[in-house]
Amino acid sequence: MNLLYALFVDPWVQMGQAPDLLVQTLWEGLVSGVLYALIALGFVLIFKASGVFNFAQGIMVVFAALTLVGFYEMGVPAFLALALAVGVMFLLAVTVERVVLRPLVNQPDIILFMATFGITYVLIGLGELIFGGNPKRMITEQLYLPKGAVEFKILGGFVSLQKIDIAAAIIAAIMIAVLAFFFQKTRIGRALRAVADSHKAALSVGISLNQIWAIVWFTAGIVALVTGIMWGARSEVSFALQVIALKALPVLILGGFTSVPGAIVGGLIIGIGEKLGEFYWGPLVGGGIESWLAYFIALAFLLFRPQGLFGEKIIERI
Amino acid sequence: MTKRKTGTARRALAAAALFGAAALGLASTAREAAAQEGVYVPLFTYRTGPFAGSGIPIADGMRDYLTMLNERDGGIGGVKIVLDECETGYDTKKGLECYDAVKGKKPVIVNPWSTGITLPLIPKASVDKIPILSMAYGLSASARGDIFPWVFNPPDTYWDGLGIILRYIGQQEGGIEKLKGKKIGYIYFDGGFGKEPIPLFEQMAKDFGFELKLYPVAPGDMQNQSSQWLSVRRDRPEYMVMYGWGAMNPTAIKEAAKINYPMEKFVSIWWPGEDDIRGTDGAKGFKMINWHGIGTDFPALKDIQKHVVDKGLSKANKDKVGELLYNRGVYNSLLIAEGIAQAQKITGKKMVDGADVRRGLENINLDEARLKELGLAGFTGTLKLTCDNHNGHRSAFIQQWDGAKWVKISDPIEPMADKVKPALDAAAQDYAEKNAGWPKRTEPCDKAS
Repeated sequence: MNLLYALFVDPWVQMGQAPDLLVQTLWEGLVSGVLYALIALGFVLIFKASGVFNFAQGIMVVFAALTLVGFYEMGVPAFLALALAVGVMFLLAVTVERVVLRPLVNQPDIILFMATFGITYVLIGLGELIFGGNPKRMITEQLYLPKGAVEFKILGGFVSLQKIDIAAAIIAAIMIAVLAFFFQKTRIGRALRAVADSHKAALSVGISLNQIWAIVWFTAGIVALVTGIMWGARSEVSFALQVIALKALPVLILGGFTSVPGAIVGGLIIGIGEKLGEFYWGPLVGGGIESWLAYFIALAFLLFRPQGLFGEKIIERI
Repeated sequence: MTKRKTGTARRALAAAALFGAAALGLASTAREAAAQEGVYVPLFTYRTGPFAGSGIPIADGMRDYLTMLNERDGGIGGVKIVLDECETGYDTKKGLECYDAVKGKKPVIVNPWSTGITLPLIPKASVDKIPILSMAYGLSASARGDIFPWVFNPPDTYWDGLGIILRYIGQQEGGIEKLKGKKIGYIYFDGGFGKEPIPLFEQMAKDFGFELKLYPVAPGDMQNQSSQWLSVRRDRPEYMVMYGWGAMNPTAIKEAAKINYPMEKFVSIWWPGEDDIRGTDGAKGFKMINWHGIGTDFPALKDIQKHVVDKGLSKANKDKVGELLYNRGVYNSLLIAEGIAQAQKITGKKMVDGADVRRGLENINLDEARLKELGLAGFTGTLKLTCDNHNGHRSAFIQQWDGAKWVKISDPIEPMADKVKPALDAAAQDYAEKNAGWPKRTEPCDKAS
């Protein structure tokens, strides 16, 4: 009886008794969700254009942030370092297309997937070789990102919003809007959607697959850089960040591998769901449920929508 | 199979055999060379991966002290120390691979630098005759030399560390009995290291009447701790105790500052370094345990600068020499060097082996005079290990972050021997009983120990 009460009644009582904590938990979940969504977006972009599940997306987040901070530590001014980091992500995209994707064209998906494992380890080694393995502090102030917190005394308590988290949410929203415009309204965007629908049909109307792949990997690189800056500012830039990128997997299961809105909505559901779960239900089992709760939520959704929230329902004629 | 194919296969086999023989020959030559050159000391380090932030300065300190002895004194007792780093990435599997890789080279000691790696090595130590030095980490119960003759974990166990922290908190409250009715939170790395003190913590909570709240941080969520700190905000523990490592430490400090947790009530075990806290808004006041000096104002550290850093033999940045975790690495190598020196003294041999160094470690006696002789007067407290006591259970002090540097704020505090020893004895006995066939100690004790 006590267990039933603790499971089904007490959390709601707690929410009612301390609404400020509920709002704070929702906010923390929202911010985490936005960052998960950004990582998932990188996966979705590449999957849509090439059918490749890019295992290297997590290390791309670390590599991009390391490049930015690394250049700054070498004495390059912050915004020039940012531009150089963008340049490095462009070079990476072109190199991946030339060295990995182009030679493997028409190979089974699993081969391409394994190739992204290779990219992951190359980037880990390259990052450590060039910038060292020690964690670095994100150059938040130099990039004019806000520091400190805004505190609201509401609901009988207080809600504290970190300014960097507010900035992360706004920047992520702008980025998603820009990406949406890019894919819906520009020629390259339309080409990308054509490639996503059918490689062969896209080729038949003169769309260059190589060019599209390089553009998509570059775009995923930019998304990785933004994610790396935001998450690095919350903690530090270290190779531990790549583990967090695995949180994008349940987001993808939930949102679907091919849907940009799915990545965003899925990210928010996972982010908020895991924070609420850990905060209100975690103590029942000694805490620490956050690491697997995201997968639980995603799998529960799969029972009802195997293609994910916004994924394409594939019907094949036999 | 055609003749041609058979011929090709034979040639391939012959080439493989030749290659294998050459490789074996090279390996044995390398081993002999290593043995002739000096005593072989492998260092298990992690300069890469999620824990590199803690691993790099420690690796640098360990390496530089031993390199300094080679450069300044020609090694120990006239015998060079053959150093060899093996990268574990703080990964138990890789650590065990490192052990297998170095085992054949006759190491005189191994330093796993991970509780996770130490635990599976403990049963191997007596079989392979290689002593394990798990300096202030690993299995707390291995402090019992009569049950674990091949394992050493000075100067304190994680249980000692907990006793020191609770004693300090008691002092702040006006007496340990004042902990009754208080709430103490424990945020910890949800792995072997962080879980190690929980049984004792729970026992202490019963004994002293405080409520213990646990906040585990999964390895994958080291940089994602907002849930744990929201729970802290809800539960409002009067004190927070942390056993963190790698990226967990800076994130925890930032998150604590974010919820306005009073930093002077946030006390950590001995692992955070300057890089974990420097530049973090609101971190001023954070406290931790330590047992050794910081900085380079010691003759041995000056010698490291002169003989290693200035000659370009160090991997460390000049400004990192003397920082907290760098000096922790120096302390670790001080124990290695002292174990070898004592082994040479006891056996009269210059070229000592693992069994000799095990005896040497049991005879470590770092008194004031010896520390002064080593150029480390005032660097750390005295330490005496014996046949039965492989830890020392030494006192430690509390230091506080003043916004720019660590400041020592307490006198030395003794561990709670009355609470820790019975728990430790029980755990050691339990370990021996649960591991069927655990060998009874047959190694004789030296007179001095």
